[in-house]
Amino acid sequence: MNNWRNPGIWLILAAIVLVSLWPVFTQRPATREVIFTVLLSIALASSLNIILGYTGYVSFGHIVFFGLGGYVGLFLMSALGVSLWLAILAGGMAAALLAFLLGKAILRLRGAYFALATIGVNEAMRAFINNFKPFGGPIGISLNFGVYNDYGGATQALWLTYYTLIALTIAGILLSYLVKTSKFGLGLMAVREDEDAAEVMGVITPDAKTWAYVLSAVIPGMVGVLFYFKNGNIEPGDAFRLHFSIELLVMVMLGGFGTVLGPILGAAGYQRLRGFLLTSPLFKDIQLSVAGVLLLVIILFIPAGAVGWLRHRFPVLRKVMP
Amino acid sequence: MAASPFPGSEKGDAMILQVEGVSKRFGGLQALTRVTFDLPEGQILGLIGPNGAGKTTLFNVINGVYPSNEGRITFRGKDITGHRPYYLAREGIARTHQIVKPLNELSVRDNVMVGACFGREKKNLVEARKVADEVMEFVNLSVRADQLASSLNVAQKKRLEMARALAARPYLLLLDEVLAGLNPSEIDPMLETIRQVRAQGITIIMIEHVMHAVMNVSDRIIVLDYGQQIAEGTPAEIARNEKVIEAYLGDPRLAERLMERNR
Repeated sequence: MNNWRNPGIWLILAAIVLVSLWPVFTQRPATREVIFTVLLSIALASSLNIILGYTGYVSFGHIVFFGLGGYVGLFLMSALGVSLWLAILAGGMAAALLAFLLGKAILRLRGAYFALATIGVNEAMRAFINNFKPFGGPIGISLNFGVYNDYGGATQALWLTYYTLIALTIAGILLSYLVKTSKFGLGLMAVREDEDAAEVMGVITPDAKTWAYVLSAVIPGMVGVLFYFKNGNIEPGDAFRLHFSIELLVMVMLGGFGTVLGPILGAAGYQRLRGFLLTSPLFKDIQLSVAGVLLLVIILFIPAGAVGWLRHRFPVLRKVMP
Repeated sequence: MAASPFPGSEKGDAMILQVEGVSKRFGGLQALTRVTFDLPEGQILGLIGPNGAGKTTLFNVINGVYPSNEGRITFRGKDITGHRPYYLAREGIARTHQIVKPLNELSVRDNVMVGACFGREKKNLVEARKVADEVMEFVNLSVRADQLASSLNVAQKKRLEMARALAARPYLLLLDEVLAGLNPSEIDPMLETIRQVRAQGITIIMIEHVMHAVMNVSDRIIVLDYGQQIAEGTPAEIARNEKVIEAYLGDPRLAERLMERNR
């Protein structure tokens, strides 16, 4: 596999590991929390990029996989006493299953219709869980504090979730890279550019799109378990917030959709910006409007995003910037 | 039966494609009416007729873009009626589009690799790259290999369509107006390319308005008018056929009569 000869992917992974290990050496929980949020965004944005950037289908409700994963994971841990690791696996599988079923149903829609359907799915899932007794209905699920004792107490558990998130983020980036450089990924990009032409050339488009959707859902499902395990509880209102989905779109578009590096830079950049806005007295109440304006500006002026713009400007970068 | 290379083929000779009574309606519009023909392997079949006659629709029905309302299509002895385009691509039918459909944000090489990866031979990426380089050399696009497809001009995009189709290593190639929009100096190289493709044993159906070209390279010609098959024969027969002259090639006497009436 000459996939692995590209220096770009190694540089990206090295940078991620270096930044992630920083709080481990300084042992400062505050830095750890900041980087936790950034890693979470990178993992989610890189996953969204598989369906949005490679396949060209805008998923407005991608957070549904994160929320569903969290619910399945917390339910298994609180009701059945399953370990965190099994819960993470189950969360990923639940998200993948939902994506598979949705893929069969709504991926035949194209363009704006698919985007609208994904919003509908998110809202439907929220309404369903609100009334689903095993998942606690509107109250949600709370973890018994004793659960953390299995992982060496609350403090240790926080570090453990952090390490696990680093691993899942790296897995997400690798997945994104492998899809992009594979034959499967070439088929996805053909679908993105012209779905009819792709079909005529032999890409089995219904299957390709469904599997792209499944792959883009797995990591969000797993990360969801981790996030809500750390959080201690999950509620329908929190788990399926539409504006998280939109913020993810902003990250992918900001960094450059359809590239491996784009969503990573976009996620990190957006979280920096958000941190700044939330602490500024002027913007703290309207930080979401800033995200909206940002999305508008990107789409109007640099639709290819930062990485796309750089690659266009300096074609040499295509070789090293995946 | 024993002479037939394709299992299930009803005739003894090698018919690669059999179209039997194929009709297609769009609402109230009868786009194709009981079109029937057999295509022997290795031939070039020209498909001509006025605009809106149903030529591209016939292509779309053969390669599965539209399901037909009635009739049967057999390809290499297999009934392929109603199959999806990706299935037919894998069975060995490739086509070009009249209105080119380049994958704009991918390089020319990647465009051609899609054809090789998902076409009849389903190459892996490494093999597909080799096939793509060969085919780009063949249609004279090698120098553009690393450019984005969107940066090509019309003539180059037509050749890209051709390259993608050829990279699939098809048995049957459907060419939809590959000469349209090309200037005279670009037409001859393209015709030469088409002849070379046939020499490789690939059967071709071509839709074309450039008459001298289609008369020159076709073994047989079918003429469509309002979805009806109004004539079929060798190029020489078609050029003499009165129905064809009236419907498509133009009738000089009729034109004269109209001129007189206006006077």
